[in-house]
Amino acid sequence: MYRRGGAFTRGFRVISGAVLITWLVLPLIPLGIWSFARGWYFPDLLPRNWSLKAWEYTFSDTAGVIECLWLTIFISLAATILSIIVGVPAGRALGLYRFRGKELVELMILAPTIVPGIAVVLGIHSVFITLGLNNTVTGVIVVHLIPTLPYMVLVMSGIFANYDPSFEAQARSLGASALKTFWYITIPAIMPGIIVGGLFAFLVSWSQYILTLLIGGGKVVTLPLLLFNFATSSRNDITGAIGMIYILPGILILLMTARHLSGRSSAVGGFGTI
Amino acid sequence: MTQVSLRDLTKVYQGEFEPSLDRLSLEIDSGELAALLGPSGCGKTTTMKMIAGLLEPTSGDVQFDGRSILHEKPEKRGVVMVFQNYLLFPYMSVAENIGFGLKMRKVGKLETSRRVGEMLDLVKLPDLGNRRPSELSGGQQQRVALARALIVEPDVLLLDEPLSNLDAHLRFEMRDLIRGLQQELGITTIFVTHDQEEAVVLADKVALILDGRLKQYAGAEEFYNRPVDEATARFFGGQNFVAGSSDGSRFESALGSLDLPEGAASGKGKLTFRPENVRIGDSASATNRMTASLAEKLFMGTQTRLKLRIGGELIDAIANPNEVAEFSKGDEIEISLPPSSLWVLAN
Repeated sequence: MYRRGGAFTRGFRVISGAVLITWLVLPLIPLGIWSFARGWYFPDLLPRNWSLKAWEYTFSDTAGVIECLWLTIFISLAATILSIIVGVPAGRALGLYRFRGKELVELMILAPTIVPGIAVVLGIHSVFITLGLNNTVTGVIVVHLIPTLPYMVLVMSGIFANYDPSFEAQARSLGASALKTFWYITIPAIMPGIIVGGLFAFLVSWSQYILTLLIGGGKVVTLPLLLFNFATSSRNDITGAIGMIYILPGILILLMTARHLSGRSSAVGGFGTI
Repeated sequence: MTQVSLRDLTKVYQGEFEPSLDRLSLEIDSGELAALLGPSGCGKTTTMKMIAGLLEPTSGDVQFDGRSILHEKPEKRGVVMVFQNYLLFPYMSVAENIGFGLKMRKVGKLETSRRVGEMLDLVKLPDLGNRRPSELSGGQQQRVALARALIVEPDVLLLDEPLSNLDAHLRFEMRDLIRGLQQELGITTIFVTHDQEEAVVLADKVALILDGRLKQYAGAEEFYNRPVDEATARFFGGQNFVAGSSDGSRFESALGSLDLPEGAASGKGKLTFRPENVRIGDSASATNRMTASLAEKLFMGTQTRLKLRIGGELIDAIANPNEVAEFSKGDEIEISLPPSSLWVLAN
């Protein structure tokens, strides 16, 4: 996008890169150091003693971190799969078709990214009581869909805005059933969107705190909740170790998809018009 | 071999009042190559999609061999449509594209690869099976699209503007290929085009559709010599329309009193004749002789276009450049209109 350009755009790129690193990478360094520290006090620049104690504890049976990690992975995967199942048809409708009330639907889908989760979740909490979903893993998965779906739908509608449905008509005409057409024609065409949207959904679910806390009612403990427990109990070394595990998917996903997220073949097109 | 009938086929798109296609009735005989001809937006692609099952008609019926197929799903109709932009699946090789229809019919791998090979030979692309569609030229892509349609041995083949995306020299090659394959395989074929020349050179019969209505359905020559009305004649390059009245044997107009062929319509109307049928030069024995003054002369290489003024009427003529070389603007020229070339459009 900004491959060519004057000194201004070049300067802007350097500054934005610096800001990005200051905000995203620098805060992680002390966290990483903490996980190997044994006594790190002001005004020392580095800890006096190094240790693997925090990591040993993190991977021990008594800590429950591993159990919690599996649960978090399960919840995030489930929320991702559900987001794909709902987001693909929704994205298709918004990206491909014009219909009455489309702007309203777009707004409703985007709303959760604007309205604070805590405002919504109190209402959901009372609805979930009648459904018996509070304090259950199912309830947590369902409530995670509120923040994950907008990303999925946004990405998919961008994909479908550049999608030619005539390929499907051609496949039908050549003898493919509706299901086979979806499998052989549609899926390969929208795969980049499913991957990018799915990764977004996974990360958003992975990092949910408030929604999990309120709907899970303390019975469903995911990694962010555990992390928060340790962070507030002044165990900086264990917080550091869990924090490292916690940010791992984000870094992996970023490395895997950096190519898809920028440049000409960007899969993130939003609603195509935004 | 399948005979296709369209019965009062009508399509009104949602939110529109005017039908895009208005009560189209056509019979396309088994093994025939028919053209749906009309300007863009006249409803011809709509018709095609309704035959293919990709669009639901508002009313009317599509019948194959007298049996309605409207309730059949597109993949069960035995119809294959080849789209204008070919729509080769980009994630598949050329061979996989061609074999797609067989894969959907659960034909075995060996059999599929044998028949794909045959098809590649048939469309004269024997060595391109492993290429990606994006590596092919437009003409090659079209051949692949054609092979992909023919491999499933459809009862009815639909082609959307088959020649319009091709260069001039490729068009003739492709026309011969389509015509040859169609004759060889005897598949009832319908194609749409906006180009009257394309319709004429390719089709056995042409259906002219203007504003969603069928104007005329006939062999190509009929459109030149016996058009049903002025709009039809104009679509086929007709230029000369002279108002007057006919009594069935003579036509009275600004051109004078002209002899008509047998069976001409009578009453008030318009006389029409093709520019290329205007005879130039003095021939004492000719009927319908008259003197015209040359108002304009345009040399076009293989032919020369003339505008002639006769009794206040301006008529178009096309002549052999050598025949009219001696004439220049303002000259008086003897011309004649052979009765067999005249056609009366009654009001």
